Amino acid sequence: MQGDTLCEPDRRAARASEVAAGVMCMLFGCAGASRADYALNLPPPATGIARQIYDLHTLILWICAAILVVVFVPMVIALVRHRRSAGHVAHRFHDNLRLEILWTVIPVLILVGMAYPATKTVIEMKDWSASDMTIKVVGRQWKWEYEYVDEDLRFISTLSTPRSEIDNASAKNANYLLEVDRPLVVPTGAKIKLILTASDVIHAWWIPAFGVKQDAVPGFIRETWFRVDEPGTYRGQCAELCGVGHGFMPIVVEAVTPERFLSWKTEQRTQMAALKEASTREYTLTELVGHGEKVYAANCAVCHQANGGGVPPAFPPLDGSKLVAGPAGDHLDRVFNGRSGTAMQAFGPQLSDFDIAAVVTFERNSWSNRIGDMVQPAQVAALRKQP
Amino acid sequence: MHTATIDDSAHHDEHPYGLMRWVTTTNHKDIGTLYLWFSFVMFLAAGSMAMLIRMELFQPGLQLVQPELFNQLTTMHGLLMIFGAIMPAFVGFANWQVPLMIGAPDMAFPRLNNWSFWLLPVAATLLIASLFVPGGAVAGGWTLYPPLFIQGGIAYDMAILAMHILGLSSIMGAINIITTILNMRAPGMTMMKMPMFVWTWLITAYLLVAVMPVLACAITMLLTDRHFGTHFFDAAGGGDPVLFQHIFWFFGHPEVYIMILPAFGIISTIIPTFSRKPLFGYVSMVIAVASIAVLSFIVWAHHMFSTGMPLGGQLFFMYSTMLIAVPTGVKVFNWLATLWRGSISFETPMLFSLAVVCLFTLGGFSGLVLGLVPVDIQLQDTYYVVAHFHYVLFSGAAMSIMAGVYYWLPKWTGHMYDETVGKWHFWLTTIAFNVTFFPMHFLGLAGMPRRIPDYAMQFEGFNSIASVGAIVLGLSQLLFLYCVVKCIRGGAAAGDRPWDGADSLEWTLSSPPPYHSFAVPPQVR
Repeated sequence: MQGDTLCEPDRRAARASEVAAGVMCMLFGCAGASRADYALNLPPPATGIARQIYDLHTLILWICAAILVVVFVPMVIALVRHRRSAGHVAHRFHDNLRLEILWTVIPVLILVGMAYPATKTVIEMKDWSASDMTIKVVGRQWKWEYEYVDEDLRFISTLSTPRSEIDNASAKNANYLLEVDRPLVVPTGAKIKLILTASDVIHAWWIPAFGVKQDAVPGFIRETWFRVDEPGTYRGQCAELCGVGHGFMPIVVEAVTPERFLSWKTEQRTQMAALKEASTREYTLTELVGHGEKVYAANCAVCHQANGGGVPPAFPPLDGSKLVAGPAGDHLDRVFNGRSGTAMQAFGPQLSDFDIAAVVTFERNSWSNRIGDMVQPAQVAALRKQP
Repeated sequence: MHTATIDDSAHHDEHPYGLMRWVTTTNHKDIGTLYLWFSFVMFLAAGSMAMLIRMELFQPGLQLVQPELFNQLTTMHGLLMIFGAIMPAFVGFANWQVPLMIGAPDMAFPRLNNWSFWLLPVAATLLIASLFVPGGAVAGGWTLYPPLFIQGGIAYDMAILAMHILGLSSIMGAINIITTILNMRAPGMTMMKMPMFVWTWLITAYLLVAVMPVLACAITMLLTDRHFGTHFFDAAGGGDPVLFQHIFWFFGHPEVYIMILPAFGIISTIIPTFSRKPLFGYVSMVIAVASIAVLSFIVWAHHMFSTGMPLGGQLFFMYSTMLIAVPTGVKVFNWLATLWRGSISFETPMLFSLAVVCLFTLGGFSGLVLGLVPVDIQLQDTYYVVAHFHYVLFSGAAMSIMAGVYYWLPKWTGHMYDETVGKWHFWLTTIAFNVTFFPMHFLGLAGMPRRIPDYAMQFEGFNSIASVGAIVLGLSQLLFLYCVVKCIRGGAAAGDRPWDGADSLEWTLSSPPPYHSFAVPPQVR
């Protein structure tokens, strides 16, 4: 029943945008472009709130269109019929109190008509009580960290588009810049409450199809919520300018059935146990460098660049760096604790012992750096235990 | 006695020649000219940055500029257009036109006037030089939000200093304009007989005096947060990053009207002239401008709906924002009624003015859409917002400036401009503007965030169209330059009153007007 009411306007909207896109294509001579390239409206709503926003926007668009006609039809008539070149002589009237009162009062009434449905939606958007599940979202330059509160499940989600696609060295895939290594997974039908914060600058968590956009403000907690009904993959991006990587900080949410969600959680637990396990053994230099390269690409390359050259002075080069050439302990400390007052964040809380050991080892043995030593996960674990 | 007066005025006409004339000038027309040329140079500089931005966004992927430079370009484009191009252009108009329109010999404080102009090149140099310091220019957006703004290098301090200087210049200019309008009107010119342009500038000047100090406070707090260990905007020390946004937008929203009210004034001058009818609803027009100014102080947080305000806050700012549509609507209806049953002709200034009425109305509609909290949550920080504010600031403010330049150019230079070139400039600008910015509404609705150097594949089509439009729009402005220079260098004599529908005081003077406008105050009846 609900499915039916959702579908009909959708189909109509799709048809309307298809026609409009065709017109646009003809207008601008862009034959052959696919329909998705010329979307004219909000994306198909996936939540009740997004549906209300969609309808509210449509309503206002029609009201604006009506006002447009009321304003521009007389204007066009005046411009055509009251031209000097058509011999029209000016009538020198300049006041009409009744008319002036009318066009002040009528807009007020129209605005009240608009405010009513808008207010209803705002009140609903702000009601995150009786949620089924809480997820903590932390924005970091330039990735998202998700923590399933009460579930002991926490991971970081970063852009997975290969650098070569961004640099136009290889063909771009369909989800270019909107794909991550680990999406946020949520069960369908559940009211999910998000609590958001940030660790460095302001970010904004946004999924257009959910009608959810909320700034993540460092030092403060913000709240919002959503409930997805249909399983699927929903994509969005960070919406608040947060520095160099702002355009490379996507958000992907996978909505799955509650049963699938349970098995996903079990998988995650197993993986996390495996990761912990991985941090307890010793590795060879080749193993560490091999894994470190992947960790570097996902976490470090945005600033320090894939070739280790950095973007001085904001992001110092690691290739030939004094810090890297110095004692491994200092190098590890910088990666683990970051450097306050700069964009260098603390990776200790973000990465596993194995990841950190591997990436430090990789940096010490890549490009022109040939230090030859390595850092083992145990050293990171020791650092972690320090007060 | 009679001879003495003539001797006196002849003496005042003496001024140094060459560069020193412009450096030392205290003459309102010279200073007005300086303001207008300065703003045009900034318009071209900031416009070039926009063209670079659009070239990078022509296709997905990184081609021309890397993300670091991209963020600097968007930030500098915004700062230079707002503080370097639009605001000084309107001050230029005020300098030229306010004394002419109220029958005054000059501005009230001529030396202050000189100083308020010459601060501008200093500030602009600081800002542009910051592109070349280590780390590059400010890259946190023109809104300067901390904590991102705290992260930057020396360029950020240069920008803060530059904005202090710009603010000082604006405050001095505003005080000068208020004093001139209140004290130097010709005998018989009561407040309610002032031309609409003078009214809009009087109210704008009050807005400037009220909010520029607020901006100064905000950026000083940023500076002390950066260097002197304060924590106004740092949660770790008890501050709040969102506090900055409140202070900034308390300045920022009236600032928007600072950039649009004088434009309303220009349009309200031009439309009656070419309709050969008096402005419809003069009194309601004055009330509308004043109400917009008052309302502008209680709507600021509509720029911040997605920061996570309490419900009550969101509702209050939504309602107050929607209210602004009422006086704005009154203005549009009044212009419409002025056109109605007139005797309309379509010279270049009129074409620009009509385009402003239409396109600004579209910008008003998208403003109404954004004013509704639920829709704003969806569209905040997307290209829809970029489309919206370019519809009000380019096709509202910048195109009014162009309209005003064509309208008064015959008065300023004594020559008619080339109508054919003017019309080419108009049509190219209007069409290219819409090709550039109309598709951005669709991009925003489809979910493209603003301020990103690279985008997902589904946004490619409209981005390419917008980029082509932007290049044409940018290059078309060279026609404007050509037309203005040609007009300055010669052309058909304009006569005192080239527009038969114009009836304010400046048209009673010769074209160009004497070095000192009204040595003898005119009598207004």
